[in-house]
Amino acid sequence: MALVALDRPLPTPAATPGASGGCSAGGCGSSADKLAQLPEHIRAKVHNHPCFSEEAHHHYARMHVAVAPACNIQCHYCNRKYDCSNESRPGVVSELLTPEQAVKKTLAVAAEIPQMTVLGIAGPGDPLANPERTLATFRALSKNAPDIKLCVSTNGLALPELVGEICEHNIDHVTITINCVDPEIGAKIYPWIFWNNRRIMGMKGARILIEQQQKGLQMLCDRGVLVKVNSVLIPGVNDQHLKEVSRVVKAKGAFLHNVMPLIAEPEHGSFYGLMGQRGPSDEELQALQDECAGDMAMMRHCRQCRADAVGMLGEDRGAEFTLDKVAAMDIDYEAAMKRRAEVRAVIEASRAAQQQGRSQTFIPITSLKRKKPQPAPAASPAARFAVATTGGGVIDQHFGQAREFLVYEATAAGNDLDVRFLAARKVDLYCSGGDTCGDAEDRLAKTIRTLEGCTGVLCSRIGFEPWERLEAAGLVPNGEHAMEPIEDAVAAVYRELLAEGRLDAPAKAVALSA
Amino acid sequence: MAYRIIESCVNCWGCEPLCPSNAIQAARPHFVIDGGACTECDGDYADPQCASICPVEGAILDGLGVPVNPPGSLTGIPPEHLVQTMAEIRAR
Ligand code: SF4
Ligand code: SF4
Ligand code: SF4
Repeated sequence: MALVALDRPLPTPAATPGASGGCSAGGCGSSADKLAQLPEHIRAKVHNHPCFSEEAHHHYARMHVAVAPACNIQCHYCNRKYDCSNESRPGVVSELLTPEQAVKKTLAVAAEIPQMTVLGIAGPGDPLANPERTLATFRALSKNAPDIKLCVSTNGLALPELVGEICEHNIDHVTITINCVDPEIGAKIYPWIFWNNRRIMGMKGARILIEQQQKGLQMLCDRGVLVKVNSVLIPGVNDQHLKEVSRVVKAKGAFLHNVMPLIAEPEHGSFYGLMGQRGPSDEELQALQDECAGDMAMMRHCRQCRADAVGMLGEDRGAEFTLDKVAAMDIDYEAAMKRRAEVRAVIEASRAAQQQGRSQTFIPITSLKRKKPQPAPAASPAARFAVATTGGGVIDQHFGQAREFLVYEATAAGNDLDVRFLAARKVDLYCSGGDTCGDAEDRLAKTIRTLEGCTGVLCSRIGFEPWERLEAAGLVPNGEHAMEPIEDAVAAVYRELLAEGRLDAPAKAVALSA
Repeated sequence: MAYRIIESCVNCWGCEPLCPSNAIQAARPHFVIDGGACTECDGDYADPQCASICPVEGAILDGLGVPVNPPGSLTGIPPEHLVQTMAEIRAR
């Protein structure tokens, strides 16, 4: 089970103005602008959704329960010894729960952590290959906690036949993993499917899977259910094809297309892992995400979190919710729901307050110091900055302790300086290159490789040696903005480098990829 | 005659709900088929259900003790082509 989330201590409206913790100073601003482009009914749905709204994910929590063990297809990047790789990092094993246990656990967590808004079933297999278990869980939760949104993820094979029932159970969004719309490509990803009581191999199976995915997507969109599409980027297999996938699924009405990297290591025992299929580099991934997501920065904060972590971002409270402890808890459903309503009201008030301070993230370029007075350049070069943070919207992490960096891009457009969040890059949980992970490479070198394409690195502090190594790699280290809101700090560093004329040449760090 | 699950089973639950004879138990260290209850799906399905969804080559044996899904049958890559396929995949 997973509760991934997302908050620092809950802000009260009174404490919000000027507080430096949390995202109170407009530090997580730009997502609201991206959301503003969506139709109203979709915007309302994603507003409180920690998985979709980059801003909401600082305030609200979600959790997964593992009730659905079986799967009806084979993906080449998955080893069924472990959880569904579409929804979890490879190699993770969740504790399988019965629907009754899952319901009890969800209610317990939602009582203890009132920021909980979303309950998802995402495995350990395909939820819709286990319809009784999945639907029993949803049925009981709709009854006992009608304020909690339900979501489900699927490979899509069984989706069309279940759309009707899904819609009965207060399920407001569905994630479908769609890796291709061409059976020939599909056959390289899915060796077989189980369909109408038979195993169907190769292209024939892939064609059926693709048809079912597209049909299910259409049916859900026709009924106004929010649909997100995930794709796994597999270099040399579907990398170029994903642009076509993106076009097709958006035309059908998917509101978001999220491209995730293939993670394939021999030790995970998947076909791709054993065969040596490589995953994409951070640069390849980002380029595709840019093309497929268009202007929508939502989901960029997706960390492909472990499906069984419990707690706020950066902590794990799983130990508080073991089956024994949950069984012993006495939960007052009504009181818990009331408390959630109160907490949400507080969060919403504080978010509304933040909205007003949002203009801070856009800094007029006219305020930049320039050596020669001249009109602002029509377009200054875009620059990317990696930020070390524990997730609260401020720069609060030591370089050496960062297990991931958030990458922001600053651009000067017209008179405004725009800072937008691009992606989170993991440092040490997996290495991102095929043969680049030799033993000789130390951790710092790996970290620097992770920062490929960035101009600078912002962190709360940084040691002398890493400082020198970063500079040698052509990156600009900066520890001067500790505890400042990320976007403000990125804007400030960008402004500084622009004024010093250091942004014209592309970052030398790219040389690492040669 | 009855099918049998052997130790390479990864306990994925694929087979258990499909068995028309309720012959499969989610046992540890791996799932087991009750030989007395298994009908080989005779009369219910053309293909034995457990062996048609099992993702692990070799994990299920038929009544004669022969793997229903021999090496290469699920990946679609015959063993003699493995080296060449691996080279192609590594070149991606
Ligand atoms: S759908 Fe999920 S569980 Fe099934 S094979 Fe694919 S990644 Fe694995
Ligand atoms: S062959 Fe058929 S009856 Fe026998 S265990 Fe497998 S699914 Fe059950
Ligand atoms: S489908 Fe195969 S691997 Fe999965 S539980 Fe049954 S025998 Fe084991």
